[in-house]
Order: sequence, then structure tokens, then C-alpha cells
Amino acid sequence: MSDSSSDEGNSSLEWVPYKDRETWKDVDPVPQDDGPNPIVQIAYSDKFRDVYDYFRAVVAKKEISDRALELTKDAAELNSANYTVWHYRRILLKELGKDLRDEMTYITKTIKRHPKNYQVWHHRRVMVEWLNDPSQELGFTAVILKGDAKNYHAWQHRQWVIKEYNLWEKELEYVDELLHQDLRNNSAWNQRYFVINNTTGFKQDVVEREVKYTQEFIKKAPNNESAWNYLKGVLLDFDLHKWPGLLEFCMKLYEERYRSPYLIACMVDAYEEMLEQKCGEKNSVLSKALELCNSLALEYDTIRSEYWNYVSRVLSNKFGEAPVSKPVDVGS
Amino acid sequence: MLQKHADYIAAYGNKKDDYEYCVTEYLRMSGMYWGLTVMDLMSQLDRMNKDEVLAFVKQCQHECGGLGASIGHDPHLLYTLSAVQILTLYDALDTINTEKVVEYVSGLQQEDGSFFGDKWGEVDTRFSFCATACLALLGKLDAIDVDKAVEFVLTCMNFDGGFGCRPGSETHSGQIYCCVGMLSITGRLHHVNADLLGWWLCERQLPSGGLNGRPEKLPDVCYSWWVLASLKVIGKLHWIDKDKLVQFILACQDDETGGIADRPGDMVDPFHTLFGVCGLSLLGDDKIKAVNPVFCMPEEVIQRTGVRLQLL
Ligand SMILES: [Zn+2]
Repeated sequence: MSDSSSDEGNSSLEWVPYKDRETWKDVDPVPQDDGPNPIVQIAYSDKFRDVYDYFRAVVAKKEISDRALELTKDAAELNSANYTVWHYRRILLKELGKDLRDEMTYITKTIKRHPKNYQVWHHRRVMVEWLNDPSQELGFTAVILKGDAKNYHAWQHRQWVIKEYNLWEKELEYVDELLHQDLRNNSAWNQRYFVINNTTGFKQDVVEREVKYTQEFIKKAPNNESAWNYLKGVLLDFDLHKWPGLLEFCMKLYEERYRSPYLIACMVDAYEEMLEQKCGEKNSVLSKALELCNSLALEYDTIRSEYWNYVSRVLSNKFGEAPVSKPVDVGS
Repeated sequence: MLQKHADYIAAYGNKKDDYEYCVTEYLRMSGMYWGLTVMDLMSQLDRMNKDEVLAFVKQCQHECGGLGASIGHDPHLLYTLSAVQILTLYDALDTINTEKVVEYVSGLQQEDGSFFGDKWGEVDTRFSFCATACLALLGKLDAIDVDKAVEFVLTCMNFDGGFGCRPGSETHSGQIYCCVGMLSITGRLHHVNADLLGWWLCERQLPSGGLNGRPEKLPDVCYSWWVLASLKVIGKLHWIDKDKLVQFILACQDDETGGIADRPGDMVDPFHTLFGVCGLSLLGDDKIKAVNPVFCMPEEVIQRTGVRLQLL
């Protein structure tokens, strides 16, 4: 959650404080106002204070000038999370009629240095809108995601561009590439859902394709939470136990001695459906489900034992011969 | 140890000459809310300078009604909520013009029910929470189109039962906290698939006991709070391993300086100190006041306001 907002900029080799600059002689700096309590300021970085004292002064007199634009650059470099700086910079860009292409180059560099900052991404979005040109965005976000595949801001920006400018065409390909690099990339799985949901929708044949696709990834890494969640997600409107081959797929993994909690949880879900829909021999389905819950609670997913005990209790109460009042804890 | 945390927070507010204090000016209002809330939870609010705080908040209100993070900073929904929370703690809402606040907040609602964070038009479910929380504390929820607001939040619900920033955005614990809180305030929790969401949330717990914000991420005290509070609201708090989480939060404390960090061994800060203490409160630490899981403020304060919440 923390932004690296305090790293010193090194944009100029030799830093001349604003208070010593000939070009700023006409401006009286405005020190930070922290309310009534006057404080001796010592340790506080001189550069930071200098820049922000002048920034406040510029905002106070609503100065529209090239030097003010330069000043916002310094202010943003010192703290890219200061939203007022970006607001003011946009006012300046508009009023001064600046070439927004240059601004795109600038914000590209800035985001590369502060990729987890909310303000810089928002600034970029406004520039794309003002220019009405999304052509660099897929490439740019891909570069950022190469550095951090889960950068939430980058994904938000990418989704916005795709939706706003109808750039769906090659996105599934991109997602596929990312998943082949890292099959645990939850953001990529989410993007897959996002694309399909906004294009073909989850029609029967698409769901079939997606289930197969996901199963291939699960086979490679049976303990991949993201893939299992995706599988469950695309099958949300279907019955797991009736989905051709799904229960068999799970059983096969189970017989191969995989004990991923997600795998077992999926089997429990399927058995629960069977009980609800009165499929199969009730007592044996129930006892299989309870056995799995217990193995999760006691061995394979102990940190969530309370959860598994709960599921087990619900199943027993609902489908057992006589309501069971005590949690089943076999073997403890 | 609580005493040390209180000393740490009390000292933090007095170090106004510090670099760290100055570079956080852009979020000062929220910083104050974190510090004051955690002090109140530890029954030490009286150590803070109330008059100074109120004078500061007052000066941050703009003509449009919204409040900025600090004096002279542009108004924003995030800081407007923090300000309203601070004034609610002190039972001093009359410090600012609340009618104008209501006007400002309701003015940020869009056609589709969503909210802008400020006049620059960023949409995020966080802002839906900020708006409804703010208006609920002011007793003015009827100033917005609640049905539309709920409708928008529900379009951000994902296939895993969680919520993201905008329709289609990846599920994220922080966003879940906001959306679940928003639905709690508006009494619409029945839209949540509590079993599916509860499962996703309790999957956040890692062997260290700490909780993360998304799959494959590191555990963090602040995410632990957001997950925990969400579980509390949907009635599934008992699904996680409480003892292990307590151990994790305690391991994030700095025994010497006081304060709590995001994870063991990192630098402490007021933000994680608040969420760590809140987490301990929800987990039943009786030396800390009970915390309200939606507003992240002392339960007794929320009771006093008369705000009604839905919990599953
Ligand atoms: Zn954190």
C-alpha cells in the first residue's frame, strides 16, 4: 500500500533552490500551514520545502506560466502522490496550450519511475482522452506489466482503454501469453474473464472451451488457486457434478495423490450439489463429502479448519439421517 | 505494549519538523483520522490536541463543501470522509458546514450510480463507500440515489464473489471491504454471495497467520484488517484461524518504539498501527475498545450517532 513517493528526484545535476533563482525573485514563497502550532523546522529536507513553498505561492496567485509548469514537474518528482500538483499541472497544460505529445513522453517516464502511484496513471488517462489517441496504451501497459504482472493501476488503465476504444481483438492472445509465463497470475485470469464477458459472453461452447483450457493449467499445477477460482467462476451457472468429465478429472488427480485444498474443495462442492439434487446414493455421497471435509480440516488445510468444520456441520445437518449437533471431528 | 503504541502515535503528531511528517501533507486529513481513531480505541484520545485538530479541519473545507487533505489542498471525497470521521469521533460535526458537505458528496454521484472522487472524474468503488459512509454519519443518506449507488457497486462484483474498483476489475481485499461496507450501510447485503465471498476471503490467510490482499501476494497488516472486517460483516469471522492472525499482528509490532508495521521487521507507521489495533480489537482483545467493522471507528461512537448497519 505504500507508494515510493519520497525518493529524491535527480532530474538536474546541480540543484538550485527556487529561493535562489533569479527567475523566481518576484514570488514570495508560502510555507506549509499546519494550523496554529508554530514549529521549528529542522530535519525537513530543504529541497522539498523550497519546492513546495513556491508551489503553494504559484497556486495561491493562480499563476499560469511556463516556469509554473516546470515547477509542478519538480513538485511531482518529489511527491508523485500529491494530487493537487497534478490538478494544477493539467490546468497549466490546457491554459498554455502545450503539446500533449510531449506530456505523454513525460508521463511515460514518470510512470516507469512510480508505477504504483494512483495520480500518475490518472494523469495519463486524461492525456489519452485529450489526445483521443489510445495507440500506445496496450504496448505501454504491457511494458509495465512485464515489470510487475499484478500492477493494479496498469490493469485498470488497460481495461479502460480496451473498453473505451474497443481494442478487444488481440487481448485473449495477450492473456494466454501471460498465463503461459506464470499460470498463477490472478490478474491475467481476471482479464480473461473480463474479455470474454465483454465479447462472446459465456455461451455453452465458450464455457466448454474455457473449462478445457483451465483444466490444462490445473494439470500443470494442481494447487493453483487462481485457476480453480476461474474454473468455478465460469461454471457458476452450471452443475459441477453434471459437467461432462469434471468430476472424473478431479478424481483422477486425487488418485494421482494430489491433495490440493482447491481440488478437494471442488469435489466437496460437487458432492454437495449431488446431495441437494438427490443424485447418487445419498449415504455414500454424504460420507465421501464428510470424509473430504475432515481431511481438509485435519490435514490438508488446517489453517481453515473452522471453515471445513462448518461445511461438514451444514452437510450433516442437512443430509444426515438424524441432525448432528456436534461438529464431526474424526480422529482428533 | 498498547501504551507504547499510544506514545508512538502521540509523538508522531508532534514531530512536525520531520521530513516524514511533511511529505505526508498530501494525506494529512486521513493521517489524522488514523492517529485519532487508534488513540480513541486505546482510550487515549485526550492526549491529542482537540482544538488544534478542529481548527485544522475547519480550514480544510472549501466553498464547494468538500474538504482537502490539508489547508490549501483541493477537495476530495477521501479526505472529506476522513474529516467527517474525525468530527464524529469528537462529536463536533458543527465545526464545518455539513449541509455543504452533503451537497458536495451528492454532487459527485454519476448517472450510473457511481461516484467521482473529485471533480477530475476518477470512478472507484472506494468512492461509493466514502460517499455512503460520509452521508450516513451525517444522517443524510437520502441525499443520493441509494438504489443506483448499490446497482453500480453490484456491477463490480466478480465471478469469485469479490469486488474490484470498477466493473471487470480484479477482486481485491480493499475493494471488498469498501463494497461490503457500502452494502452494509445501505442494508443490501443480501446481494452478496456470502459463502463464495467468505471462502475467497478466508483463502487470504497464509501459513504465517497473516492475510494478503490478492492471491500470491505477501501478507500485510492492513489487508488483514480489510479481510477480517469484511468477514465480520458477512458473518464469517470464525472461518479463519484467529490465534494465528493475532500472532502475526503481534509480530509486526516494534517492541522498542511502539507502532505496528505492514509485516514483521518493517518500519512502523500510523496507518498500519491503526489497522493492527483494529484487527486485535475484532479478534477480541478486551484491552482495546470494540471497533466497528464498517466505519473503522470505535463501536461506542457509531452507537452514539445512531447509524444503523446490516450485518449477516
Ligand atoms: Zn499495508
